[in-house]
Amino acid sequence: MLKQKPNDMSRRHFMSHMAGASAMAGTALSVGSSIQSHAQELKKNRKSAIMLWMGGGPSTMDIWDLKPGANTGGPFQPIATNGNAQISEHMPMMAQQMDKMAIIRSMSTREADHMRGRYYMHTGYVPNPNVEHPSYGSVIAHETILQRPELEIPPFVTVGGGSVGPGFLGMAWSPFSVNSNGQVRNLDMGLDDRRLMERMAALSQVEKDFIKQDRGSAAEDHMDILKKTLNLMTSEQMSAFKIDQETEEVKERYGDTNFGRGCLMARRLVEAGVPFIEVGLGGWDMHQNIFPTLADTRLPELDRGMSALVEDLEQRGLLQDTAIIWMGEFSRTPRINGNTGRDHWARAWSVAVGGAGMNGGIAVGETDSEGTTVETEPFTSQDVMASVCKALGISLETTFTSKNGRPMKIANAGKVIPELFT
Amino acid sequence: MLMLISHLTGSGQNRRVGQRQAALLGGLLMSLGLANAHADDAVSEATSGLDPVHQINAAMRTTWGEWEITPSRLASEGEWCRRVHLDLIGRIASVNELRSFVNDDDPYKKSNLVDKLLYDEDYTEEYARNWMTVWTNILIGRSGGTENNSLTNREGMQKFLRDSFARNKPYDRLVYDLVTADGSNSPGLENFNGAVNFLATKVNDEDGTLATAATSRIFLGLQVQCTQCHNHPFNEWKQQKFWEMNAFFRQTRMLRRFVPGTRDLASAELVNEDFALAGSDAAEAEIYFEQRNGLLNVAYPVFVDGTALSDLYGEERGNSGYVDEMVRRTELGKLILKNDGEALQEASYLERMIVNRTWAHFMGYGFTKPVDDMGPHNAPTHPELVEYLGIEFRKASYDLKQLMTWIVLSEPYSLSSRVNKTNKTIDDPQLGESPKFSHFYLRQMDAEQLYESLIVATRAEKTRGSYEDQERAKTRWMQQFVTAFGNDEGEESTTFNGTIPQALMMMNGDLVKRATSGEKGSFLYKIAWSKMKPVEQINYLFEAGLGRKPTKNEIRLGNELIKARMSEQKEKRDVNTARIAALQDVWWVVLNSNEFIINH
Repeated sequence: MLKQKPNDMSRRHFMSHMAGASAMAGTALSVGSSIQSHAQELKKNRKSAIMLWMGGGPSTMDIWDLKPGANTGGPFQPIATNGNAQISEHMPMMAQQMDKMAIIRSMSTREADHMRGRYYMHTGYVPNPNVEHPSYGSVIAHETILQRPELEIPPFVTVGGGSVGPGFLGMAWSPFSVNSNGQVRNLDMGLDDRRLMERMAALSQVEKDFIKQDRGSAAEDHMDILKKTLNLMTSEQMSAFKIDQETEEVKERYGDTNFGRGCLMARRLVEAGVPFIEVGLGGWDMHQNIFPTLADTRLPELDRGMSALVEDLEQRGLLQDTAIIWMGEFSRTPRINGNTGRDHWARAWSVAVGGAGMNGGIAVGETDSEGTTVETEPFTSQDVMASVCKALGISLETTFTSKNGRPMKIANAGKVIPELFT
Repeated sequence: MLMLISHLTGSGQNRRVGQRQAALLGGLLMSLGLANAHADDAVSEATSGLDPVHQINAAMRTTWGEWEITPSRLASEGEWCRRVHLDLIGRIASVNELRSFVNDDDPYKKSNLVDKLLYDEDYTEEYARNWMTVWTNILIGRSGGTENNSLTNREGMQKFLRDSFARNKPYDRLVYDLVTADGSNSPGLENFNGAVNFLATKVNDEDGTLATAATSRIFLGLQVQCTQCHNHPFNEWKQQKFWEMNAFFRQTRMLRRFVPGTRDLASAELVNEDFALAGSDAAEAEIYFEQRNGLLNVAYPVFVDGTALSDLYGEERGNSGYVDEMVRRTELGKLILKNDGEALQEASYLERMIVNRTWAHFMGYGFTKPVDDMGPHNAPTHPELVEYLGIEFRKASYDLKQLMTWIVLSEPYSLSSRVNKTNKTIDDPQLGESPKFSHFYLRQMDAEQLYESLIVATRAEKTRGSYEDQERAKTRWMQQFVTAFGNDEGEESTTFNGTIPQALMMMNGDLVKRATSGEKGSFLYKIAWSKMKPVEQINYLFEAGLGRKPTKNEIRLGNELIKARMSEQKEKRDVNTARIAALQDVWWVVLNSNEFIINH
């Protein structure tokens, strides 16, 4: 390889030659001409999803399903929205966007531990020592990658949060984790292209020799990631991360917060063709002093960023092809504890979804007068996932095979929430 | 064979080492299929001091027999030397260390090396640093103490652990110190006790439930957090037991000490205070918890094995919340240790957990998954071996170095990571199979291991500053990989996990830029100006990074890089610049390879 004139070799060309057996075979890196000719057509069906992940467990009865007057209700009052459902008085900007969002008020799950809840809500499965399940982001990236032959940056990006990994789908479907400031570290080698390519050529030889020694998949995964990294280092599409390119007015609308910047970056990434973006907003684990914390810090940040995202996607004509999912690992106890906080509660709570053709302006399901139990048909993580898949045009008959040969239906065979589509 | 073994045993300079050699040799002979019944007998006679190695080997061979697995062949000497350095002292072997091991003719050289790394004074600091790092991450995570105004002082935690490992503090004592600690969190203060940093952020809020869960999980292997709210269907623990355990932590507070006249936290102090719930009497300090049906239940301090403080001291003292009558955490520490010196037939929770944790550290997988969930619902793959090693560890006075030695000198640890037909799929835990330990499981270096390895390999920071400065620099560097999940339990994830941010750091980051620097006085500069011929220089870099000599093909690649750099310098005729540039290329390739970053 070194004998070729490296100058003649584009990086893309080089990439397609590095390494044989690869998890990326059949996807973006090895697109054949037949797929490319369909590119325009596929682009038309291009759908994305943005997950707003509320790490720590947000108290949904103080946000989406208020119980004014109940002894569990807390001090917040509901306000009217431009949809049919009322929400918290501390979400006034969202109230003007609720015609595009649906609240599912009858979520009922079983995992009230952070780690388990995060895993379950991200995958639709409870943790199992023998199988690692892929998260929503990995699954949706995997199922939509063929629609994006031109995508050079990772199809699953997580901004300001950890997300959950690709499980048995393999390292190639890992979330690419970035800060909300838009700075991706260590992008530049500071060497000329020719020398970089020579290094990569020698490296690929050493890598292949080690892979040939039959030591297991970690060695191959490493090579896949190297390829994706080189791809990204040289891609123009990286400018999607540069939220500085937006006007002051737009930045102001999203809010000068990590979450606001993350939402803005999510919109830019959707425009660049990234199929799944997760934006994290943590700090919801409010075991004490919950109401001032919600009213003064968390809810204003959420309200501004989320409402800007919904409004902006709509105005740009992107909302019809972009699903939005708002959720955390669980919610918080209706009972207010001795420290004026709420503890973990999974039995009755809310998530919010919208976009990609799902019905807006509605609330699905009901909880009892104290917010303790679900009074209508309960829904689960799997059901939310199944509904989002349907909205994105992903077949619910899709079945994966885990590494140990077990067939696994997409969304763990969840059922579509009918009110979102009828 | 008998003669060979007894000869080797007899000629050992020191009996302990000799026995160890024989056990090791016996294991190797048997793995090669050369063993017979007589050799087995001879080995067990000769190795009374190292029975655990023998027992590990026997247990594994039984497993392999049951699954009809032929274990992978032995790892090369260079591979074994590299992994033993990584796992024991947290970095790869230097070229000198590697060469002196590979060229050593002593048949006992493996156990000699283990002894050296564990007991030689030259390695005490690195040994203590490695285990300090491992345990800091277990106890407070990678982000613990890194936020402003944190109640945790990371340096205090590190100082306590480093001192403990440098002195080889018995494990039971280490746990006792962590569970019962009181005092100030920051080094330099009068009543400094770094051990308090373990509980610093886990006692003030949520009634000490975080302390309850962390102590149970980390030291006892019991995941009880789910039982806080209700009885759990998959967990034998009942809600009652959670709160009885929790009752031990209710006297404990972390008090803030401010810089005078400001709201800036100067330090914090862990104290035991008289405890009573509002409206209750500290003389009988009960606690309450709410059952799922809404009814309140009462709880007093009771250890996981059912021993109540009221059984030991009578109800009046046992249930008292007054610290001059009863310091509950001190009693908890005693209960955790109570197997001390007793010839119990069963291993305790404490013993099983540390055996599992240590095994997983060296083998890549524990006997259970996750490693710190050893409740009755999650049976270990090798229950008898866990019991046996737990009891042996007790007999060895909880000496962690002995436990490490047994595992490191065992047959499964000596195997190659290259798989064969018989173990390729059936022993791949990534496929969801239970680990059978018939080959070495590949795993990525930790970020900390990478950091130390680069510094040792390149002597990148010759004058590294004070110990505290070094650790601070490393902690700062680590932060680029750590994402906190933003919950009270301080959970976090790392992007040093084989994904793109890690690859970017390895290809372009400052640490690797420094390691591949060609400036005057640098590692590569010295090699370029040494007496080594070009091919020897390439050899040296492969040995420094990968613990082996380059293949013919790799030498060819190196030579091509030299040629490429030379041709660039043709006009200026600057051969030295070209040679250093080529070495930079080769070293960059070595450091970025899968073989470098993967402990194999």
